[in-house]
Amino acid sequence: MSTIEISCVEVWREISNYIDGDISPELRERMEAHLANCAHCSAVMGGTRNVVGLVADGRLFQMPEGFNKRLYSKIRGLP
Amino acid sequence: MARYLLVKMSTPQSQLQTNEARLIRRVCDGERDVFYELVRPYERMVYATAISIVKNPADAEEVAQEAVLKAFSHLPGFRGEAKFSTWLVQITYNEARLKLRKAHLHLYESIDEQQQNDHGDYIPKDFADWRPIPSEALESDEMRRMVQNAINLLASIYREVLILRDVQLLTVKETVMVLGISEAAVKTRLHRARLLLRDSLAPGLDGCWIRGQAYRKVRPW
Repeated sequence: MSTIEISCVEVWREISNYIDGDISPELRERMEAHLANCAHCSAVMGGTRNVVGLVADGRLFQMPEGFNKRLYSKIRGLP
Repeated sequence: MARYLLVKMSTPQSQLQTNEARLIRRVCDGERDVFYELVRPYERMVYATAISIVKNPADAEEVAQEAVLKAFSHLPGFRGEAKFSTWLVQITYNEARLKLRKAHLHLYESIDEQQQNDHGDYIPKDFADWRPIPSEALESDEMRRMVQNAINLLASIYREVLILRDVQLLTVKETVMVLGISEAAVKTRLHRARLLLRDSLAPGLDGCWIRGQAYRKVRPW
């Protein structure tokens, strides 16, 4: 049975859900068939994956030096 | 990797919650010093939530401290209906919004938000080649600043969802609980945030190759 085609706009609409694994197996199959033949959508998917990877990296938000000491001192000062 | 994530990954969720419940009981029984042990794994989470809303390190630290102190004073009322970490993020989020309201900073943000909505399809820009970025990239201050600036430029409705889902790794349901918006809104805003961030970062991170223009490599690797 052949896969039903899907448009670029439909792929863009579902990219985030695709990355989160929040789509049906049928839709995933249709998107993957589209991505295999569409350089633009593949780039959008790749770029979005990169963004998710960068943002999730714990090093992105560095706490200011001494943050935990100052916080601990505040806690110790609680009545 | 953030310390809280390591805690999450190395300790099964049920065991983590049991340990936390034990610590909470001790704090409520008067062992005040134990409170730091309870919040320590979430320091970065609290700080990242705060800075994503107030956007500057000094205010973020103040908000983080206020949130932690508020969590201490409200701890006897914590019923464990949400995870302790979600509850703490919710308090931090509320403190940060309060700080913005006091500083009237939301007046500037609301203009930005009016230009965005949750409806209609977003058309991603045509950057043809975005290869995987090595994880070492974030060891560079310049790269971290670039990503942070791009996040800060997002309208707050997108930035907040992105931070909770993709930085703090909260589930959709936990994000719904913290922000008080629908599950559909969480998903739509996250989707838009990711695409906006990709469009904003792609030229700076990888050079661009837009139809009709030559590819320009700007990555240092």
